[in-house]
Amino acid sequence: MKCQRCPKPATFHITEVFGHAKYRDFHLCEECAQRHLANPDASLKAAQTATPPLPDADLTDEFGGKHCPACGLKFVEFRNSGRLGCPRDYDVFKDELLPLLDNIHGDTKHAGKQPRLQPLRQANAAERERLRGELESAIRKEAYEEAARLRDRLRQLDDPAPGA
Amino acid sequence: MNLDRLLPNLGEWLRGIGPESDIVVSSRVRLARNLADMPFGNRANAEQKTETETRVRNAVTTANLPYALEFVDVAKLTPIDRQFLVERQLMSRELASVLDGPRGVAFNETESVSVMVNEEDHLRLQVMRSGLALDEAWTEIDRLDDALEANLAFAFHDQFGYLTACPTNVGTGMRASVMLHLPALSLTKEIEKLFRSLQKINLVVRGLYGEGSRASGDLYQISNQVTLGKSESRVLQEIREVIAQIIQYERRARQLLLKERRQAEQDRVARAIGTLGSATMITSEETMELLSTVRLGIQLHLLDDLPPTTVNQLFIHTQAAHLQKLMGTPLDGEERNAARAKYLRNRLRELGSHQR
Ligand SMILES: [Zn+2]
Ligand SMILES: [Zn+2]
Repeated sequence: MKCQRCPKPATFHITEVFGHAKYRDFHLCEECAQRHLANPDASLKAAQTATPPLPDADLTDEFGGKHCPACGLKFVEFRNSGRLGCPRDYDVFKDELLPLLDNIHGDTKHAGKQPRLQPLRQANAAERERLRGELESAIRKEAYEEAARLRDRLRQLDDPAPGA
Repeated sequence: MNLDRLLPNLGEWLRGIGPESDIVVSSRVRLARNLADMPFGNRANAEQKTETETRVRNAVTTANLPYALEFVDVAKLTPIDRQFLVERQLMSRELASVLDGPRGVAFNETESVSVMVNEEDHLRLQVMRSGLALDEAWTEIDRLDDALEANLAFAFHDQFGYLTACPTNVGTGMRASVMLHLPALSLTKEIEKLFRSLQKINLVVRGLYGEGSRASGDLYQISNQVTLGKSESRVLQEIREVIAQIIQYERRARQLLLKERRQAEQDRVARAIGTLGSATMITSEETMELLSTVRLGIQLHLLDDLPPTTVNQLFIHTQAAHLQKLMGTPLDGEERNAARAKYLRNRLRELGSHQR
């Protein structure tokens, strides 16, 4: 397997958790992995939209219409009511929604405010997950000094300075 | 919470002050937000709606803000109390009487900030300012949004922005609107032409109480239609430019009225005051029309013993739910028209004797 960020072979396989059961796998070479781990923020933008790909078979009912695996909405129901069922629908019905959005707004790409705290919160969640993994392996290896250091880092994350 | 204590107050949108307040009644910015891990309202079951309400309620009442937001459980309100909050522009008619199940509205002491819970979207934030003050309203709602986001994960998509139940709101989720009093343009029938030109630039014109309601008392709301592809500041700028133009047209039409038919206007205003002060039955529609004429009379200095805020008070107090609260009893249509006329007679007599 190749590194996702450069042509070198991937030797690090990282799974990050972005709150609310959102996962993202990274396959990176050593150099890119270090850069990634040093700065988890950089990968967040990509991860925000990275809802896991869904198996096509699950999405098609007997009438050949797609439905959302999270809320069960079928596109025909949206057509009738004009209301979507859950946030996932924007990805599930993306192909159908794009021309509609273009029609309503004359555009298909958001150009305004972005959540200010959410990226930080997700970064913290990812970092916490990573540290917990390291802590477990440090404990398994009986590297107690290392474990203590990791535990301190985790405590810092749980109790961030206000406004940080 | 006893809502009766709000009765003597005018609420932010009727304070009658602020920039261009001779024409601009109020500015409002709304934001639609949804929780990332919950189905939208139309697809949520009672349990999920309850959870949404609990989470939002906690976030709203503990938010780090310079004002306190008090939460009102809409499901537990009487129909008159619901209508009362609609008339005060603190919540939508949909939240009041179309939707059911767990839902609520939180607002601050001055009624300038409100948050609806379990409307079409999980949260509908609103900030009001009297007069033309879109920037101030945006700054305030931006801060409110940040404060709530500290405790709630909102559904946000890299390409589509803030996700909403209806794709017409997706992106910024922002609806900015300005309420204008345009009696002179209405009188000269120029208003139709003006509004046709607004539709071409993607702005919507509505009557006083929002979607589908027709303009009463020459009050018009102008708001943006597009929420995707344009930043909040750009949308606000576009509205500001259009509003500046409409203000200019209205001022010109008012000057023309004074120049060409001052006597006739003077007469119209005097008759309006006369009717308001002597009728024994009067509908809310007619009251709003007459008050519109009186308001114009004040602005044109054809009438100077009535402050504009009094007109605002008469305006809000003669709305159905306010009137019933003032009278302390539910009233049917006929009874309301009689009670409204009586209230107006008494108030105008008080004001008259007070002034002289
Ligand atoms: Zn690499
Ligand atoms: Zn769905």
